[in-house]
Amino acid sequence: MEKTSISLESHESTRDSGVRPILEMKSICKYFGGVHALEDVDFELYPDEILALVGDNGAGKSTLIKVIAGVHPPDRGEIYIEGKKVEIHSPIHARVLGIETVYQELALVETRDVADNFFLGREPTIDRFGIWVDKRKITEMTVNTLKKLAITIPSLKTAVRYLSGGQRQALAVGRAIPWGGKIIIMDEPTAALGVEESAKVLDLLLQLKKQGASIIIISHNLVHVFDVADRIFVLRGGKRVGSKAKHETNGDEIVKMITGAAELL
Amino acid sequence: MTLLLILIVMGAYLGIHTKTFLTSTNIFNVLRAFSWIAISAFGQSMVIIGGGIDLSCGSVMALAGVISAMVLADGGGVTISVIAGLGLGIFLGWVNGVLISRAKLPPFIATLGMMSIARGLCYGLTRGWPVRGLPGAFTYLGQHDVAFLVWKIPLPVIFMIVLAVISFIFLNNTRYGYHIYAVGGNEVSASLAGINVRRIKILIYILSGLFTAIGGILMTARLGVAAPTAALGYELDIIAAAVIGGISLRGGEGSLWGALIGAAIMQVLRNGLVLTGFPAYWQPAAIGAVIILAVMLDQLKKR
Repeated sequence: MEKTSISLESHESTRDSGVRPILEMKSICKYFGGVHALEDVDFELYPDEILALVGDNGAGKSTLIKVIAGVHPPDRGEIYIEGKKVEIHSPIHARVLGIETVYQELALVETRDVADNFFLGREPTIDRFGIWVDKRKITEMTVNTLKKLAITIPSLKTAVRYLSGGQRQALAVGRAIPWGGKIIIMDEPTAALGVEESAKVLDLLLQLKKQGASIIIISHNLVHVFDVADRIFVLRGGKRVGSKAKHETNGDEIVKMITGAAELL
Repeated sequence: MTLLLILIVMGAYLGIHTKTFLTSTNIFNVLRAFSWIAISAFGQSMVIIGGGIDLSCGSVMALAGVISAMVLADGGGVTISVIAGLGLGIFLGWVNGVLISRAKLPPFIATLGMMSIARGLCYGLTRGWPVRGLPGAFTYLGQHDVAFLVWKIPLPVIFMIVLAVISFIFLNNTRYGYHIYAVGGNEVSASLAGINVRRIKILIYILSGLFTAIGGILMTARLGVAAPTAALGYELDIIAAAVIGGISLRGGEGSLWGALIGAAIMQVLRNGLVLTGFPAYWQPAAIGAVIILAVMLDQLKKR
């Protein structure tokens, strides 16, 4: 078993050992009650790469990204950003560190309009004390960003609950973009999207990568994963199975890693 | 808008069918009679928009009046007595907020308990006797009329209008307001977006307590006596004012103007029933029917 787990790791990471990961985690553990959601997970994200995080339901993917996003601080383990040890204790703190997250549940407020959701929790203000909301800036920045991303939404004054699933997802993805995050995390960003809209989002990921962002994407869609990812990281039962450079692996092997068939080889 | 229309239609009907409704004395009496309900309803609206409910407002209103009156009776000045009443409202609101956001009690239960505690304090502190003989400097707050053009506007009405404007701006133009709407609309999303949900929850109950105490002090000053049984059942009028005003009990939606109009509709209705000689025993049934009708019309229009 020791042998197989070594072969499950890509040689890419040893070759890249000269490059410092932008985000590195060591021996991350997270428990919920008696359940080990994550057990001794080592994780690394390199600059300018798109890393696909894959695994079966309950493998710990969402928990892992929530650790990075500051939603669930880990019970044990260390996190380094650009080589500096950090503790990420809240979503705001994660954003300050340059981590932007698109959650699977989208984290929109259905009763509020598009523009207000775009700036949810970080409304720009006119005064220095952060009290008076700058409504004009909210509208302008929302219009500009949505236009730049070619996202079409009927009106900024529409409450989110009247948007289609695709429009909601586009909004959730779009609002993670304009803040200059170094690390962008997307949990199932194409789950509710049609073919064309999915293509748009994947295109956007490649664009962001070109602009120098490092991206973690969770997806069940292996076609999408092989389309955009540089490296594929597999979790099973809360443990790291392995990580492979895309050109050193194929769909079959990844499926085997996800299901555990690889260990039986 | 539908609500404003309902109010105007009611006013027009009463103006035509009674001689007294549209006299300025009657209008200002009506306005004054619902001013403390409306003021407390502004706080209640923020709580409901923030996804909660505050059942303790009627009792807190009475207790704020009782505390202010007792401070006055002990020889405290008007300023100190008002500060004591407001401080009590803020404190009990804070306790509600902590019980709900830290101890994770459902808002209905926490504030139901507080409703009983505050009422019990009213009876206990006064031993059931009303506090009388409040000084003129205090009753001035509730009884003085301010001359404006040809009218004499009751001071509580002016307080109501000023507080309506302030709370409207607070809810619609400050980050706190934005976050109250966000927390009420979707608590999980708000918290993932980095909004401090606990702090917002404590804030809305503090505001409800503060506004309710302002209402209680004005009511006591108007009546000139602090009865331990004052404002009995007002919590339902206050919540009804907000709900008639289109503030959704599911949270995250609604405007404060609605609460103001909702409170007005209820009082105009009461006044109208009296003026048209509607049998007194049947009045609660009529009021209940109109509440249901008004909300139904508003819902129909939203579809």
